[in-house]
Amino acid sequence: MNTTVRESRNGQRAQAEQFVAPISSVIEDPEKYLLHLEMPGVNKEGLEIAVENNELTILGRRSLPSIEGVLIHRESRPHDFRRTFELDPSIDTGRIAGKIDQGVVMLTLPKAEQVKPRKIKVD
Amino acid sequence: MSLIRYQNPEAAAWPAFGRLSTLRDELDSLFELPFWSNFGRQTQLFSGWTPALDLYQNNDNIVAMIELPGMQKEDIEISLHDGMLTISGERKDETQDGERAERSERYVGTFRRSVTLPTRVDANKVNATYKDGILTVTLPKAEEAKPKQIQVNVS
Repeated sequence: MNTTVRESRNGQRAQAEQFVAPISSVIEDPEKYLLHLEMPGVNKEGLEIAVENNELTILGRRSLPSIEGVLIHRESRPHDFRRTFELDPSIDTGRIAGKIDQGVVMLTLPKAEQVKPRKIKVD
Repeated sequence: MSLIRYQNPEAAAWPAFGRLSTLRDELDSLFELPFWSNFGRQTQLFSGWTPALDLYQNNDNIVAMIELPGMQKEDIEISLHDGMLTISGERKDETQDGERAERSERYVGTFRRSVTLPTRVDANKVNATYKDGILTVTLPKAEEAKPKQIQVNVS
């Protein structure tokens, strides 16, 4: 049941959009965090990445190949993808960069200079 | 005497209602999908990676659509044997030295997915494309499996 719902109110009626939380991995090295998210069927045009209040939200709208014919077996979920991450204060939000390749979003979240490990020399 | 701000009871009730209907949708989708298809996906922890597979059929073709995000084209193998379509491959570990997986949900390693096709297909004309992490395999039906119009003359 890893589905999230975003509620938006247009006029009188509340409307709910359904999303599936994409599978993701967080990798850390001394310089940066790498965030990978699996969004099959999403391309560059369908991707929205936003940083707000120290939260990173990745939204992927699927543009699936249209296939003529009758669906005889289905396992995929029909929803778009959305997932929100809380950002560590050490991340330099101004330098977040990303790309998408074969349905995998790869984001680089660089750490701010002052939190990088460094050696202090004593004379 | 204190004044309490008037609240529209309908507006206040909406958000809760929304969540409730989502729960209902979730439960509905459990029944809509075949039970075992979801079961296979949920137990991924034990069975490795089971990519979602959809199957379509029209007059001329059977089309399989498989979600395989983040693969190299060369690492995907498609085979056809005795009316069974098998898609297998390997996703390689991309972490380099010095990097530490903080939290990993992504599956790395080999996978294998087989499906029995509902009709005979022409194995020589199978065509596959890989785009945006989705593999689409088009399998033209064998001539004898195509639906035919038969004219019956009533005399």
